[in-house]
This record gives sequence, C-alpha cells and structure tokens, in this order.
Amino acid sequence: MTALLEFKHVSKQYGSETRALTDVSFSVRSGEFVSIIGPSGAGKSTLLRCINRMIDASSGEICIEGKNVLEFRKKELKRMRTSIGMIFQHYNLVDRLSVMENVLHGRLGYKSTLAGMLGLYREEEKQQAYQILGILGLEEQVYKRCDQLSGGQKQRVGIARALIQGPKMLLCDEPIASLDPNASKVIMDHLRHISTNLGITVIVNLHQVETALKYSDRIIGVNQGKIVYNGTPGQMTSEELQRIYGSERRDTRADQGETQAG
Amino acid sequence: MLIKARRKQVDYFTAKRRHAYLFWGLLLLVTYAAAVLTQYDFVQGLSSIPGALVWGVTHFYPNAESLAKFPDVLRTLVETLLMSIAATTVASVFALVFALLGSQTIGVHAGIKLASRSIATVFRNIDVTAWSMILLFSFGQNVMTGYFALFFGSFGFLTRAFLESIDETGSHSAEALRATGAGYISVICQSVIPAALPQLISWILFMIETNIRNATLIGILTGTGVGFLFNLYYKNLDYNAASLIVFVIVISILVIEFTSNYIRKVMIG
Ligand SMILES: Nc1ncnc2c1ncn2[C@@H]1O[C@H](COP(=O)(O)OP(=O)(O)O)[C@@H](O)[C@H]1O
Ligand SMILES: [Mg+2]
Repeated sequence: MTALLEFKHVSKQYGSETRALTDVSFSVRSGEFVSIIGPSGAGKSTLLRCINRMIDASSGEICIEGKNVLEFRKKELKRMRTSIGMIFQHYNLVDRLSVMENVLHGRLGYKSTLAGMLGLYREEEKQQAYQILGILGLEEQVYKRCDQLSGGQKQRVGIARALIQGPKMLLCDEPIASLDPNASKVIMDHLRHISTNLGITVIVNLHQVETALKYSDRIIGVNQGKIVYNGTPGQMTSEELQRIYGSERRDTRADQGETQAG
Repeated sequence: MLIKARRKQVDYFTAKRRHAYLFWGLLLLVTYAAAVLTQYDFVQGLSSIPGALVWGVTHFYPNAESLAKFPDVLRTLVETLLMSIAATTVASVFALVFALLGSQTIGVHAGIKLASRSIATVFRNIDVTAWSMILLFSFGQNVMTGYFALFFGSFGFLTRAFLESIDETGSHSAEALRATGAGYISVICQSVIPAALPQLISWILFMIETNIRNATLIGILTGTGVGFLFNLYYKNLDYNAASLIVFVIVISILVIEFTSNYIRKVMIG
C-alpha cells in the first residue's frame, strides 16, 4: 500500500534554544491506526501539529499523498486542512453554542467567506450532522449547549466535528487525557471503529501505554524529539519502553495502573 | 546549604518589611505636605459636614416652580443619554476590530498586533476629562466635544477589555476551526465572537453606565446636555431646579443600572 503520510528528516526548532524535533522520519499507510507515545515534552504535540501545519516545521519534508505540505500556499493549505480532522485534549468547542452548531463548524473549510461569516449551512450538511451524532450516541443532545455536556460527550462532539469534514486522516492530541476510564474507553473504541470501518487514518498522541498497546496497529515512540521506536504493539518490550520513557518509566507504570483499574 | 537558604529567606523578609515601612512613611509625609500646602484643615472639613447637610435639606429640594422646568431637564437628559449610548456603541465597534487585530492568540501579524495594542494603550491612558479639555480647543463648547471625548476614552478602555476577553475565551475553539481549514473571517464570526459574546456585552453595558455618569460632568465643561443645565441653575442660585436635575439623574442612573443588569441576565443565562 502507498504511504498517505511521510516524514523525511523533519526537524523543528522553537526560537534559538528549544529543539522539539530532530531528524524525524517515518511513514503512515492509508487506514492505519498509529499511536505516538513518549514522556511529556518529548515533542508529540509538535509532531502532530506539523502535519496540518498548525506549527511549521523548520526543515525536512512532510508529504501527504506525495505532496510536500511545507511548500503549500495559503489556498492549498486550506484545502489540505479540510481533509484532515483534528481532536484536542480540551475538546476546543465553543461551549456556548449547541452541539449541532459545533458539529457544523467542521464544514466551514468548504464555505465561501460570506457563507462562513453568516454560518449558512445546507440541508444535507445538517442531515449529515444528525447522522454522525446518531452514530456517536449523541442524538439526545443535538440541541443542547455544549457547556451542559460531560467530558466524554464533548469529546464525541469533537469527533463529530472532525468526521463531518469528510477527512482522510484524524489527528488526535491526547484525546483521553482529561477523561475518566469509562469515557476514555468509549472514545478509543470510536476512534478504532473509525479507522477500521471507515478506512480513515488515525494518528493519536497518548500517554497511556496500555491503551496504545491495545488499540494501535503501530506505535511510534518519541523521546527528546527523536523517534526511538517504530513497530507493532506485539514487538514492544519492556526494554523498548525503558528507552522511550527513559528515567520517567515509573510514571508510566502509574499510568498503566490507572488504566487497568478502569 | 540549608543555613545559606535560611539566611536568604531572612534577608528576603527584612528587605520586604523595610520596603513596607518606607512606603507608608512616604505616604504619610506626602499627605501631610499636601495638607499644609493646600491649607486643608481636616478637622474643619469634617466639622463642616453637619452644616452642609442642614443647608442641603433646607435649600436643595425641587418645588412646584422648578417642576415647570421638567420638560427642559428631560430634553437635555435624553440628549445626554443618547450621546453616551451612541459614543459607546460606535467605540465598541472600533474596539472590537482593534482587539481582534491585537489579540495575542488570533491576531494575524506581530507588527499589527503591537500597533493596535499601542494605539489602544495611548487612548486608554488619557482620561475622558483630559480628552474633553483637549477637544475643547478643536470643537469648542459643542456636543461633538463631549461625544468624541467619550468615544476616545471608551475606545481605549473597551479595546483593552475586549482583548482580554477574546484571548481568554476564544483561542481554543479558534484553533480547532483553523485546523478544519476555515478562513479567518469564518473563525472570527463562528467561534471567537460567539465564545466571547457575553463578556463583550457585559463590558459594553458597563461602559454605557460609566459614560452616562461621565457625560453629565463633561456637559458642565463643554456647556452641553443636562450637566450644562445644572451648572446654569446652580450659578443662578436656583437650587430648587438644580436639585430637580440631581433627582432626575439619580433616578435615570438607577433605571439604567436595572436595565443593564436585566440584559446581562438574559444574555448570559
Ligand atoms: N510554542 C512553543 N514555543 C516554544 N517551545 C515550545 C512550544 N511548544 C512546545 N515547546 C517545547 O517543545 C518541546 C516539545 O513540546 P511538545 O511538542 O508540546 O511535547 P509533548 O506534546 O510530547 O508533551 C518541549 O520542550 C516544549 O517546551
Ligand atoms: Mg502534548
């Protein structure tokens, strides 16, 4: 299968001091479920945000379907972003608006300035929003304001907003870090389902090793801005984990304990 | 090591106490010097309060004759109210544009951010009374003077307040919308403004209230509105009419306060 996403010697420097990514290379196939794990500050968020250029990489090439996104102009960049959904740790919804309105925001990338300004959505788009919310088990909440939802429900709204884009790929930055174990399981199951049944590539930053081992097709381990592991969950050993987490290994044990308890 | 740390701590607290003594000492000195220089006698000031109260009760009340002036008072009051509201609403439109351009999280360009923040800071740091004095030179004693004084003052203040509201409430959802490929205008209209709306409205209402109070005082300076009328009656020793104005102003401020609280409740609840 062809690579949907390919990193070639990508580095990212913040200011003159912080080197967040150093010579990162890997590729992701279409439909794959990839988890990125590593200690906090390793560069996971930076890596993920370089893909849709929420952050600009300093050097190297990032190719999506063979095209280097670092060379994209404004218009191509916008078009590329419409085909990539993003999911956040803090959901990043407009809390005062209804679930429906937040989901429809996922269509704004396809709108003219005027339609976007006035928030004009077509009937099909609303129907589609309904349908997606139904799949995610939110049909009761459609017209509720988002500040009345639980964390797990908010994250499902976030997923719905990403899905209505009609994306090829979902980028999820710590999607379950603020959720309890039950809600976490619901979200991870949905993401897995999206990858397996809809064929959408899913890349997830995680700090729970257990979860990554359970759900992923492949795991990428990052430490201090470098890739130190790239393989299947089956190949993961405790030595490898030691390399990924270095001296912070003890913290990860605690995380695992938490996940197992749930 | 431990001893060294402890000594550092002791030094820290001694220095802090010394600064406090110095501050209060200076404040006392300045207060005393000011009282001496202006020949302000605090005791005499205090003891004159009962007399002033008695005078107020016996002279400062509206009578039947002054009620005849009620239409005049009402007309100028409405003029003052409308001027304040107009100045505030127009200023808030400009403030919103400048706040969006100057926002740390959703602003477009570092240079523009700095420029719009600096402009707002300059306007904010010149008080409305200072503005009216400055503008008196260009417009003279005219409604426009008051209008622009309120406009400039509100513009500076609201830009600052809007900036903070926007950065606080809008940045997360704006990031999400940018990631969907939405354009700048869509991001502003669909996420930044809806997220910050209750706070923005709250600030505008606050500014309208403040401006109505200010407008009365500015009116004395610029010879317009209800402030001017008060000044006129007062100088003509028509205390009954002047007190009528005070009553009317107090009542209208209460009404406005009540109204804006109601709007707040409806908008935010
Ligand atoms: N906007 C930024 N400016 C400067 N340094 C940053 C910025 N964002 C992240 N960093 C630094 O880059 C490194 C990687 O951060 P990040 O990608 O957030 O790691 P992770 O998501 O794995 O915790 C950290 O050292 C962090 O302090
Ligand atoms: Mg992170």
